[in-house]
Amino acid sequence: MADTVGVKLEARGVTVHYRRRRSEDHFLAVDRADLEVGEGEFVCIVGPSGCGKTTFLNAVDGLLPLTGGSLVLDGRAITGPGPDRALVFQQPSLLPWRTVLGNVIYGVELRGAITGAEARERAQRHIELVGLKGFEDSFPSELSGGMQQRVNLARALTTDPEVLLLDEPFGALDAQTRETMQLELLRIWNQTRKTAIFITHDIVEAVYLADRVIVFTARPGRVKMSVPIGLPRPRDLRIKREPRFLEYELKIWESIREEVMRSNDMEERVA
Amino acid sequence: MAVTDRATTRVAPRSGTIVEPAPVLAVPKPDTWFKRNESKVIGTISVTTFLVLWQSLGFVRAAWPQGIVLGGLKLAVPPTLFLPVPSEVILAFRDLVQGGELAQDVAVSLQEFAIGYVLAVVVGVLLGLGIGWYRRFSYAVDPFITFFYATPRIVLLPLLIIWFGIGIWSKIAVVFLGAFFAIVINTAAGVRNLDANLIKVARSFGATDLQLFRTIALPGSVPFVLTGLRLGIGHALVGVVVGELVAAQHGIGRLMAIAGSTFQSDKVFAGLIIIASAGMLTTLLLQRLERRYEAWRPRAN
Repeated sequence: MADTVGVKLEARGVTVHYRRRRSEDHFLAVDRADLEVGEGEFVCIVGPSGCGKTTFLNAVDGLLPLTGGSLVLDGRAITGPGPDRALVFQQPSLLPWRTVLGNVIYGVELRGAITGAEARERAQRHIELVGLKGFEDSFPSELSGGMQQRVNLARALTTDPEVLLLDEPFGALDAQTRETMQLELLRIWNQTRKTAIFITHDIVEAVYLADRVIVFTARPGRVKMSVPIGLPRPRDLRIKREPRFLEYELKIWESIREEVMRSNDMEERVA
Repeated sequence: MAVTDRATTRVAPRSGTIVEPAPVLAVPKPDTWFKRNESKVIGTISVTTFLVLWQSLGFVRAAWPQGIVLGGLKLAVPPTLFLPVPSEVILAFRDLVQGGELAQDVAVSLQEFAIGYVLAVVVGVLLGLGIGWYRRFSYAVDPFITFFYATPRIVLLPLLIIWFGIGIWSKIAVVFLGAFFAIVINTAAGVRNLDANLIKVARSFGATDLQLFRTIALPGSVPFVLTGLRLGIGHALVGVVVGELVAAQHGIGRLMAIAGSTFQSDKVFAGLIIIASAGMLTTLLLQRLERRYEAWRPRAN
């Protein structure tokens, strides 16, 4: 996919170290990760827990400095957060003292590119897009977990980014709500066709959503495998039962399983 | 509701007649007047009972001035000097109002409280925001705050009187010091305990430091600031009264000090009630404010 369309994001040898609190030593979270994401492509990154996939995404958003390698978006190096990217957080992370409308508008408000009635109109459009019409004046504490994540998503979409970054946005939801949200996300993505990088630990979710699934190794994370998903779109939920879907699922599952075993072995040897 | 629907359509197998819908048992009854006002009703009853019992002490005192003798046991009734009853306190209060000095005492105390407290709020909130926001600044200021917060500020009173005299300014200073630390510490804690996720959101959307402060730190610390303000009221009132007890020309505390040293306990009680009412009123106003700002808070339920 990345070959036929223009390359949107290019990660070359991306390396991120974390400094532990109150100590001098650093630990390696992402180790020389290489990845290309095409224009309009939907990429899911899966991997064993703690493998650095969220760290990688935060680096793409510009929240974390790289300690090695480069991240290039549309030919420009990423040095910090920018209006061409928007992050949908793992936790809804809504401002509890703001209404739904106030939260959805928050991103564009900070960016300052559009203001006033225009910003409100755009926020309103995205509130409707995520199916929250009628809840504009509700406070986050009055919403369910699924609805809060819709606000989280609408806040990112309202800034009209070129690349949408999603950090396990449905991880904390119950199974039914998660499926609904997956369906909704694909519906919305079909309308906008924005480049998307979606982090998840749920293999079914990854195969269902993605054009391509990237498997990360155990920590330190690097790209282990890239699996193009040749399933037709639009996809409805029944596709999850088809043999072709299950084949992808199994292939990715085995790959992750291998990583989990390998990292367990390593830990045993250390211990 | 689904249960009732089924009941209306169910047909009895033999007679073929429609069975009457079963009475719905679990319809919650609307709360009675008592249930809705339970806290107020019980509170009023308990306070009234207390006042009646207290007042009845006066009747006992009038009927048995020498105390009650039960067999070999003699129960002494405390004299008015020790414990005036509510009606006597009210009379003392009336005398004070008619005497004309009360208005001036109230005005002076109110002035000391208002100026000291407002100063403490303004300086305390600003400094607290600064301490919470700038880590290095907090390192510089924290030792002093810890020192003063751990010390009862009343002990500074002799010094304050030397510096500011026995007029209102020494009392304003002690009120200020009393309220200030509670406000500063809570405000700083509010800024320090901001939700890290929200800071990350703001950063991700490219917030400048000023935007981060205005949209996250300021609104996020409001509940803490309000707690500081509420605690500050108590400390400020202590400052007013104790300051005036020690040395003053006018004020409720001064009135109580004079009344106390001349064994006019009914006037002491009158002063006490004025102070208590002032504290309750200010706290009530602040609670109103708190409720307005915390409309977004999830109800504990």
